[in-house]
Amino acid sequence: MIENLVEISKMSFQHESGKVVFQDVEIVIPRGKVTSIMGPSGTGKTTLLRLIGGQLTPSTGQVSVDGQIIHDLSHRDLYQLRKRMGMLFQAGGLFTHLNVYENVAFPLREHTRLSESMIRTLVLMKLQMVGLRGAQKLMPSELSGGMARRVALARAVSLDPALIMYDEPFTGQDPVSMGVLMKLIRTLNDALKLTTIIVSHDVQEALSISDYAYVIADQKVIGQGTAQSILQDASPQLQQFIQGLPDGPVPFDYPAPPLSQDFLETSAHV
Amino acid sequence: MFNQLAILGVWGLDNLRELGRSGLMMLQVVFSRPHPRKNFPLVVQQIYSEGFLSLLIIIVSSLFIGMVLSLQGYHTLEKFGATAELGPLVALSVTRELGPVVTAILFAGRAGTAVTAEIGLMKATEQLSSMEMMAVDPLRRVIAPRFWGGIISMPLLTMIFNAVAIYGAFLVGVQWLGLDNGVFWSNMQSSVDFHADVLNGIIKSVVFGVAVIWIAVAQGYYAVPTSAGIASATTRSVVYSSLVILGLDFVLTAMMIGGW
Repeated sequence: MIENLVEISKMSFQHESGKVVFQDVEIVIPRGKVTSIMGPSGTGKTTLLRLIGGQLTPSTGQVSVDGQIIHDLSHRDLYQLRKRMGMLFQAGGLFTHLNVYENVAFPLREHTRLSESMIRTLVLMKLQMVGLRGAQKLMPSELSGGMARRVALARAVSLDPALIMYDEPFTGQDPVSMGVLMKLIRTLNDALKLTTIIVSHDVQEALSISDYAYVIADQKVIGQGTAQSILQDASPQLQQFIQGLPDGPVPFDYPAPPLSQDFLETSAHV
Repeated sequence: MFNQLAILGVWGLDNLRELGRSGLMMLQVVFSRPHPRKNFPLVVQQIYSEGFLSLLIIIVSSLFIGMVLSLQGYHTLEKFGATAELGPLVALSVTRELGPVVTAILFAGRAGTAVTAEIGLMKATEQLSSMEMMAVDPLRRVIAPRFWGGIISMPLLTMIFNAVAIYGAFLVGVQWLGLDNGVFWSNMQSSVDFHADVLNGIIKSVVFGVAVIWIAVAQGYYAVPTSAGIASATTRSVVYSSLVILGLDFVLTAMMIGGW
């Protein structure tokens, strides 16, 4: 068995618009561990998950999942591999025409020939796990953002995948469900021997349940290591991000011409 | 001058690329491996939402179109003492032209826009992406049933349109204006040819159905996933469909009259 479930080597990616998101990025996700990928907003964390899931193709370099280069796979092989992946989207991505129960049952109905009673048992188990068994008859429009994400989590693990990817799982959770969710992510990983990737900018929460972490900014990996070593890293860029300081090498402002120039131009227009 | 030429070139290339992309998508939909156990209920569901739910607008419109046609036709024919030809006039205009064309335009407005908006919103809310990540191909699960549902619904709606429009003409011509019942129907029967008039109209409606639903799903699938993007995709869906229907109608009519 390959030790690293996901290996990204010398990978660069740029959008159709020409915007470069990654430049020669090297990331490995060890099997059976919880790995966090952190970084400021807009650094392409979600794009990275889509590259691992084979929804996007890197411009150069390669992304391999379980020993297979995902962007070279045929349509059929890619879909076979995706049956062993679960992904929790930022907005949940629940099907709005199906209720909570049917949303969680969807992958089971699509990929298995289980009896209705078996599907019911599995769905209720998954919903119980995220604390929403009582909400099984609600429609997605009746759920709060945090609840929708928990339903999406139940759906993502309904086929018991080998790899699960969470896109900003902590956003919009109240303190109670945040604690439950953190414990759940860790427990799921350890009990089912999954491999977990968490993309987040909630530094403390993500680090507290991760075995390993990467920090990406400016199209590259600026730091990596265990939670402890990341927190103690002396790199000013990393410290600024972890402590949330306004001043430092990571700019808060989107690239822009000098303020005076912009104002003068505006007044010239008037 | 050169700049304008370049802009025109870019516009042309963009549109050509869009056409190629939608064409490839359709090829994938048409030639994907069928899965009757899963796909049949989905197609039936789409026939219900695209076809059955369009019935009201189709029936009401066709009834009034038939009635107006009969009223106008009667008063014009009366000048020449040819009111006996009201049946053929209505039946030929409806089966050959009005039936397929008006049904397709109404279908584009009622069902095509709904399909575009639904698919666009599914894309914007990451439903299509999450389906892909669950190893379910959205082209087969979402696009294909809507495509086949539309193609099956269109000729059925056109037949209903034709029948109701002729009934509307009957109501005005015979029941109201007092044309002889036997004259109305027997003249219609002797002048309308099943193959040249009725069947050709249905063939037109199938072609329009393919065009309308293809435009609708492609506009939804490639919509920019924002509110403004979906709004303009929906508008484009109905505008392109209407123009394509009218253009295709001319081509098909020319082919049919020329005996292919």
